[in-house]
Amino acid sequence: MAYILIFITAIFVNNIVLSQFLGICPFLGVSKKVDTALGMGAAVAFVLTLATIVTYLIQVYVLETLHLEYLQTIAFILVIAALVQMVEIVLKKVSPALYQALGVFLPLITTNCCILGVAILVAQGTYNSQGLEPNLLTGVVYAISTALGFALALVIFAGIREHLSMSNIPRGMQGMAIALVTAGLLAMAFMGFSGVDSGLAKALGL
Amino acid sequence: MNSIRVLWNGVIKENPTFVLLLGMCPTLGTTSSALNGMSMGLATMAVLVFSNLIISLIKNLIPDMVRIPSFIVVIASLVTILQMLIKAFAPDIDKSLGLFIPLIVVNCIILGRAEAFAAKNGPVSSVMDGIGMGLGFTLGLTLLGATRELLGTGKIFSFGVFPENYGALVFVLAPGAFICLGYLIAIINKIKG
Repeated sequence: MAYILIFITAIFVNNIVLSQFLGICPFLGVSKKVDTALGMGAAVAFVLTLATIVTYLIQVYVLETLHLEYLQTIAFILVIAALVQMVEIVLKKVSPALYQALGVFLPLITTNCCILGVAILVAQGTYNSQGLEPNLLTGVVYAISTALGFALALVIFAGIREHLSMSNIPRGMQGMAIALVTAGLLAMAFMGFSGVDSGLAKALGL
Repeated sequence: MNSIRVLWNGVIKENPTFVLLLGMCPTLGTTSSALNGMSMGLATMAVLVFSNLIISLIKNLIPDMVRIPSFIVVIASLVTILQMLIKAFAPDIDKSLGLFIPLIVVNCIILGRAEAFAAKNGPVSSVMDGIGMGLGFTLGLTLLGATRELLGTGKIFSFGVFPENYGALVFVLAPGAFICLGYLIAIINKIKG
């Protein structure tokens, strides 16, 4: 049952974009159309889950066995860069349309902080695992839920921005300024979920 | 004369926070107070200056094909050094910035300046560019942090300006970060005309 709690908390209560501030660049950059946002969300979800598994295994079986924990940052970023390259090659073959649509943002997943951020959190075991022992399974559940939370925030935001482009905005506020204020209001809406986790924990009898 | 122009360019003309909109994650995530924002800005600046210096020195040794991975390794090594130094000498900053210190690796400003400036210019102007961009980033983060701290708690750098219970806590929390930055950018757009 605690897995459900990890899932709900990571998507709604501690949304990676709107309350943790990770992955803001793609959130602001690829959110002009819902279709692109969905593609980006899917790409991030895939890379994030894969990267979390690989980096966790590297942390436990390579870095900790050899006492090289200080190499964490370097090792993780290289693994993530290699993974992104792989996803790019696969996507180019399987779905050229999506590859075109994601454009420059696909290689930029490497420098998407939510991938490295989640990988580090899971490897350190410092994420909210709702009382369970942090291991590979809880880490993967956390990573998938986080990625879903990212995709959800991105798609909602893209939907709002599609409507925003049709409205009459004061000159100084055009572009990024109004987008940031909108994101702020969205973050405020997501704050309404705070407390849901502890209520749910009680309801599930944890 | 030229290096002063590079410096000015980083701080004002191409300010990373308000004009280029780079490195948004630490900008929003670490500016709950002016002090946090400033320490994040200075940490980023330290990495930026040294990465620009090293990359401009070794740029002719790196084959073009593996340019970006080599840059990332240089930056990641510098961040690891910085992380250890902060953990050892300033544990308070380590606690308040937390995850955002290792995440300096993926800050677009650093890789962006390495690719756009340090890979094409000599060491002296690269260092100046690093200082300029770093100062611009620090300035942006400090300004945003000070605004949020003032509106949220009535203090700037922990000095009281007005009583705390007039502050709106929302500015210290997540939504306030987006809204404050949005309005600061709007004000700057207005001033620029």
